[in-house]
Amino acid sequence: MNSENRGMSDKVFYAAAGMGMKRRGLALVAKNGFSARYDLDRTRGIFSRPEHKLAGESYVGRVLVLDAAKGGVATAWMLHEMKARDIMPEALVLNTVNPIMVQGAAFADFTMISGFDCDITEAIPNGALVEVDPLAERPFIRIV
Amino acid sequence: MRLTHEEEAMRAGNLGPALQWAIEHQIRVGRYFGASDFVPVSQAHVMADTESLGRAGVEWLERLAGLPPEHRQVRIPTITDPRGTDFAAAHRLKHEPWILDLERRAIAAFQALGVLMTDTCINYQTIMAPVRGEHVAYGDTGVVIYSNSVCGARSNFEGGPSALSAGLTGRTPRYGYHRDEHRRATLVVTVAWTPCVFNDWGALGGIVGRLAGDYWQVPALVGIERVPSSDEMKHFGAALASYGSVALFHMAGITPEAHRLDDVLIPGAAMRAFAVGEADILAFQGSYTQKVEQVDVVVFSAPQLSLVEMQLVAGLLDGRRATIPLLVVTSPQVKPDADRLGLTARIEAAGGMVLSGMCFYQSYAREMAEANGWKRLATNSAKLTNIIGGYGYAPALLSMEACIDAACAGGRIAP
Repeated sequence: MNSENRGMSDKVFYAAAGMGMKRRGLALVAKNGFSARYDLDRTRGIFSRPEHKLAGESYVGRVLVLDAAKGGVATAWMLHEMKARDIMPEALVLNTVNPIMVQGAAFADFTMISGFDCDITEAIPNGALVEVDPLAERPFIRIV
Repeated sequence: MRLTHEEEAMRAGNLGPALQWAIEHQIRVGRYFGASDFVPVSQAHVMADTESLGRAGVEWLERLAGLPPEHRQVRIPTITDPRGTDFAAAHRLKHEPWILDLERRAIAAFQALGVLMTDTCINYQTIMAPVRGEHVAYGDTGVVIYSNSVCGARSNFEGGPSALSAGLTGRTPRYGYHRDEHRRATLVVTVAWTPCVFNDWGALGGIVGRLAGDYWQVPALVGIERVPSSDEMKHFGAALASYGSVALFHMAGITPEAHRLDDVLIPGAAMRAFAVGEADILAFQGSYTQKVEQVDVVVFSAPQLSLVEMQLVAGLLDGRRATIPLLVVTSPQVKPDADRLGLTARIEAAGGMVLSGMCFYQSYAREMAEANGWKRLATNSAKLTNIIGGYGYAPALLSMEACIDAACAGGRIAP
């Protein structure tokens, strides 16, 4: 596994790619996909898709740790719109991205990393305080 | 990324701030995916309904549109996906004035950039279908998967900002489905029962999408016993893209890159293999329909209807009367023909509402639900079924015939 133990509570998982700025927050974790159009009520800042494991949960200010980017192309605009209203996650951490999520993160200057040697939704406990650094030589998420 | 002299000039701002922003955006995306260079594209298709853009996106577009004309024009044919409303019917949908205002502002900005407001997600049926090997930058998942798979064209999913960037620069980063190595199959699905109607094709697409799982998976289907029509491919592909985020599929003996299954397999590579039969397709649809006995609205949309689908709807409604809202959504290119051929009149005489240039889920579905009291929805579109739950609707996936039966029976779904 491409991860390192730095100490008792300090475990690092390296990603294949990242963009945006360094962020820290509480992880909101599920082995589910992610699409801003399909899954979110962006007005209320909650997951709204009934089948989603995080249905009803607020994503505002959380580091979302999810499986794969899903759904349509709207997310490319929606991350920018969510950021403008400041009702958005702190960062997005995905096992697998699609181009839309990357394009949206690039447009919105949003923090995202993806591509791990492990299933990152299994590695990060829900509610853990984590740090995401896409600017490091090897982008990573770290349990603080 | 390796840049040409022209791309370096764009990046330096020598060709104006719009091109500078566009190429910089594309470089960021290209670097993420390890693209080595750019590939010229011949068309761009921009998804930009204002429900997605929001006020922030419209204001951003207006800033681009405010640049001097010589610095803001797209350089390849650039067209648009459905808009957030049909202005001619906005009052019937109870779209608020602020929605119309935002849409008008976005349209004006796009027009200032030289974008053609085609407002369609079926451009491969109505505008200019791409040809095999043509590199394009398309921005609707259903459009991309159809163009890649059925036409043999080459596109990634291009979100609005990226598709607009491609329109401005005339190129896109060379990664993903622009490259040969990503177009090989990664899973094989043996289909034991060839679907008959659109909702069955959509259900098959949904099942395969769930099996595939992510954007980088390319399903190859074997066992399809006849060549599907363009509309059947449309429903299958749209659902596959929606449920799986999949951008390319092959059908052995049918789609252009899979004359034989071996043509798309990587020799010696281990391959995930699945089988799908009639029971799976029925169970998929039943998983939605069993939860809904009564609906408030029937919607034919996602993708927009072809002229042939419009004729089917009109034929099924002849001599009947819809007693709940029945929305029939098509493109601005099909609508005049539907008018000219009397299809619109037949549908509306039976109580249906023909809408043009929008798509239900892209047109403020949550606001329409609240304004009209719509909570339960019947459709023959698996794609719409997948999306609309997040907007607060309980969807039922039915055949076109069963949808119209429900519309004419006060919303009651026949057991």
